[in-house]
Amino acid sequence: MLSPLHKQLLNNYQQDFPLTATPYLSIAEQLGVSEDQVLSAFQSLSQQNYISRIGPVITPNSIGASALVAMAIPEADLQRVADLISAYPNVNHNYERENRFNLWFVLMADDSGQLETLISEIEQQTGYAAMLLPMLADYYINLGFELNLND
Amino acid sequence: MIDDLDYQLLAAVQQGLPIVARPYLQIAEQLGLDEQQVIDRLVRLKNQALIKRWCVVVKHRPLGYRANAMIVIAVPMALIDSIAAKIIQHSFVNLCYQRPQQGERWPYNLYCMIHGKDRDTVLQQWAELQQACELSQYRSEILFSRRCFKQRGAIYQPKP
Repeated sequence: MLSPLHKQLLNNYQQDFPLTATPYLSIAEQLGVSEDQVLSAFQSLSQQNYISRIGPVITPNSIGASALVAMAIPEADLQRVADLISAYPNVNHNYERENRFNLWFVLMADDSGQLETLISEIEQQTGYAAMLLPMLADYYINLGFELNLND
Repeated sequence: MIDDLDYQLLAAVQQGLPIVARPYLQIAEQLGLDEQQVIDRLVRLKNQALIKRWCVVVKHRPLGYRANAMIVIAVPMALIDSIAAKIIQHSFVNLCYQRPQQGERWPYNLYCMIHGKDRDTVLQQWAELQQACELSQYRSEILFSRRCFKQRGAIYQPKP
């Protein structure tokens, strides 16, 4: 179970994390607890896989090029293809979705040329066609998740 | 402008800030910088909007947001911005993007995400969205996620 401190750490710093020499102490002061409590709480959240990282969310396409990619893979071959794709360091967010296009992932590259090269390589390696879906406009992003402190 | 050192810094922090009392000092020592330079550069990259957020990145699945739906809609290009503007007024919509149509095999150009606690709630929210934004007249599909093979922040290699 998550303690109230764990929930506050998850809720309150999804938009902004202190850029001060001692950020965990800054948080401790904001929440009225000790720096050691904050450090050990973040360590346990990280070990228990509640947080992906403390760090940057990069503005899409501000560095290099990226695109969402979709593939239609027969069910029996899906795990093999998914593993091949996950092995690429350029790939993140590799998901199965309920659709004829059942494999969805984000591919990152230095530029659009490298993106095309990677896609051809993936198509060749897996034996299936890939549909490249770069972002053309970003209307909104809110990836904050609110935890009920009373749960 | 960003320089090679910025790329090295982004490469050093993208897997996550160390959970120690002086995390920026630890990063600085890896890069041969001092602590304040690391902080100043991160502040600048944020001001330049290259870093969209500097934050705790939470994983949604372990937190009980297990129903994750990507909704794709084929809308007329002339109306796409105004339809998107209506969609994002709904607080349960987490993301909304335009992506290129792929002919008949995938005619959709508007994408939005709903991360919900369960499938029924998400389906209700989608019904509500269709009604409020008059989306029923357009072709659409809802794609729930099933297995997550990999979830990780973007990886940027430092420039050689």
